[in-house]
Amino acid sequence: MGDIQIKKSSKTYDAVIVGSGAGGGMSAFVLANAGAKVLILEAGPFFDPIKHSQQLKFSYESPRRGAGSKLRAFGDFDAAYGGWELEGEPYTRKEDTKFDWFRARMLGGRTNHWGRISLRFGPKDFQPDDGYSERWPVTYDEIKPYYDKVDTLIGVYGTKEGLENDPDGIFLPPPKLRLGEMFIKKGAEKAGVKVIPGRGSVLTKALPNNKDRGACFFCGQCNRSCKVYADFSASSCLVIPALKSGNLEVISNAMVREVLTDDKGLAVGVSYVNKDDMQEYQVNAKTVILGASSCESARIMLNSKSKTHPNGLANSSGLVGKYLQDSTGASLSGMLPQLMDRKRYNEDGAGSIHLLGPWVLDNKKLDFPRGYHIEFGGGMGMPGYGFGGDVPRVNGLVPGPDGKMKEAGGFGASLKNDYRRFYGTNVGMSGRGVGLARIDNYCEIDPNVVDRFGIPVLRFHYKWNNDEINQAKHMQETFQSIMHAMGAIITSGERNASNDWGLEAPGKIIHEVGTARMGDDPKKSVLNKFCQAHDCKNLFVVDGSSQVQQSDKNATWTILAFSMRTAEYILEQRKKQNV
Amino acid sequence: MNRRDSLKALTIGTLSAEVLLKACKPKDENAAVVKKDGEADRPQNELDRNKALEEEKFFTDHEMATITVLADIIIPKDEKSGSASDAKVPEFIEFIVKDIPDHQLPMRGGLRWLDVQMLNRHEKPFTDCTAEQQIEIVNEIAYPGKAKPEVQQGVAFFNRMRSLTATGFFTSKMGMDDIGYVGNKPNQWNGVPDDVLKQYGLSYSERELAESVSF
Repeated sequence: MGDIQIKKSSKTYDAVIVGSGAGGGMSAFVLANAGAKVLILEAGPFFDPIKHSQQLKFSYESPRRGAGSKLRAFGDFDAAYGGWELEGEPYTRKEDTKFDWFRARMLGGRTNHWGRISLRFGPKDFQPDDGYSERWPVTYDEIKPYYDKVDTLIGVYGTKEGLENDPDGIFLPPPKLRLGEMFIKKGAEKAGVKVIPGRGSVLTKALPNNKDRGACFFCGQCNRSCKVYADFSASSCLVIPALKSGNLEVISNAMVREVLTDDKGLAVGVSYVNKDDMQEYQVNAKTVILGASSCESARIMLNSKSKTHPNGLANSSGLVGKYLQDSTGASLSGMLPQLMDRKRYNEDGAGSIHLLGPWVLDNKKLDFPRGYHIEFGGGMGMPGYGFGGDVPRVNGLVPGPDGKMKEAGGFGASLKNDYRRFYGTNVGMSGRGVGLARIDNYCEIDPNVVDRFGIPVLRFHYKWNNDEINQAKHMQETFQSIMHAMGAIITSGERNASNDWGLEAPGKIIHEVGTARMGDDPKKSVLNKFCQAHDCKNLFVVDGSSQVQQSDKNATWTILAFSMRTAEYILEQRKKQNV
Repeated sequence: MNRRDSLKALTIGTLSAEVLLKACKPKDENAAVVKKDGEADRPQNELDRNKALEEEKFFTDHEMATITVLADIIIPKDEKSGSASDAKVPEFIEFIVKDIPDHQLPMRGGLRWLDVQMLNRHEKPFTDCTAEQQIEIVNEIAYPGKAKPEVQQGVAFFNRMRSLTATGFFTSKMGMDDIGYVGNKPNQWNGVPDDVLKQYGLSYSERELAESVSF
């Protein structure tokens, strides 16, 4: 390795964007289509769902039958390369706290495999009046036009419900409920739990004015990414279309080390290591846009130290990395005895949710702030790794074909028949809720550890408190009331105070946001309301980092709307020659 | 239409679902043959890892023989489909314990536990015992709720063995045909079929019918 050199490019781009997920991809799409010369640096390989999706493979086409592996944590067919651990790229945790960090280094990032559950934040999410959670420097009305444009550009199914804090969008028609979901809906209504048709970025019909994307053919495999581009991935819907403008270049396997600044503290470019030749490179840009994911963007800023930015780039407030938030998550599984021996037919459906439980309750009557939404699922899916794992437990809970109870477990012809009888009877519910923004939940640079590129790594410090734990308890009570109302048998293990009501560890829901919060006061925030750094006017952060306080909705639709708005702001400022 | 053809058709772009459905109507029965093609869609590090795992051998021949007998006791041939070993479940188990090393020690130790039980009782390892003797011990460890404390380790082993066998069998082509999974192909989801709605006394509301996507 005696021949390492730093290769400096002589070209200056209008914008260099770090990361190609929802945030980076949207900014690239808007800027390149407006004529700006844009470079995306992506830390992983190029990924095009047409070529690389595992869609329509059967479990037996995988030697591990679809199980997760070291290299693809969410399963052998899942689109996301990587997972909770990447070889040679560690992260650490402080004081026995927990945080798990899911990284998918690839074009489009984690948008290639996500659940496509696409929800707008509501007026109360931006301007909460609970006296507890913090307000954003923007209102829903300011962001609404961008949500509208995202709906039109990308496509989302749903129904107009007129709910106060779950704003309606410009919707494609939703898919009809599956059988299990019809039972859940009945049960939920009986239990007094609000449910509505799902909202997902899947083209149930061809998108008007878009000839590059096909309509959904209902394989239910959005997590594998879609070969006809019928669901939203930043790869297929933003970056690859933007390449056609001729104004966008993508360098893949480019692991960004830091943002380079000049004496005045302005960004002048980015340095990165090319994973293919392991050489060091520098590229120049008039504007630098970070969209590397909340934690990775914070890492880059904290590692970009200079005379004018001694605490890391744009970190005079000391808040880069602080207020890290992941959604809460808890779930409950059950089975519907009335569905035993059910008729077989293809109910794969859409790969996003068909049924959604929005948050509509009044917190005055509850012992926690804010709330959660519920995602429902179940049915006759493709058998994969772990298939039938519950059967030898639950076959002791319902009568056999002869009407008699039997001992749980077993083997042989009788057990083989039980697997058939129980197939498609499962139902599941998962809550995804607000994790409160707190200054003592954060990521920072570990002073002692570097990754295989020599880049200092992140160290996490994150704890839930009673707000989240009480919320998880409420989730479980709600799930149980629905299960009970529809006559389901609960198959999950016990959820109680000793296991925090099934509350997942921070990071597990992969909704991390908040590490470079926006605000009007530079002492209390990193970015202004256009995601522009207070301390560095040509630095923008377009992933979830800017989110002041997450909501009970998934972050992606909001990341897209804000990134689009930021890109338009950059274009305006360029016209005025401000950046 | 096999997977390659249907993917070729799919990648044409905005091809309508009707065309796809028609193209896929002719009998699909050979669509499900396991093929080694399509590997260009995987990163090289995954292909390298799979190859390395395939080349390793974990279980001894004796252990594999024991796994085969147990798997066929758990899922035997019946009037509808073949046995676990007909569906190559033992080969799957050999692969998965190499892929997920957490299975290795419990499987190896559990197999040994079983042999020592049989040696003590019948002076022969499990595979050399009579079918009656084999079923006798399986009966003791296959029902967690009534198993005796002295065979708890056997129960834990059998739980794992049973799960791996079910995965191996029902994720095979034979097992999927048996369980009746008929998805994983382009189609138009039009809701629960009418006869099924009727069977459960359910119906979609007028609003759902009006607002949902219909074909």
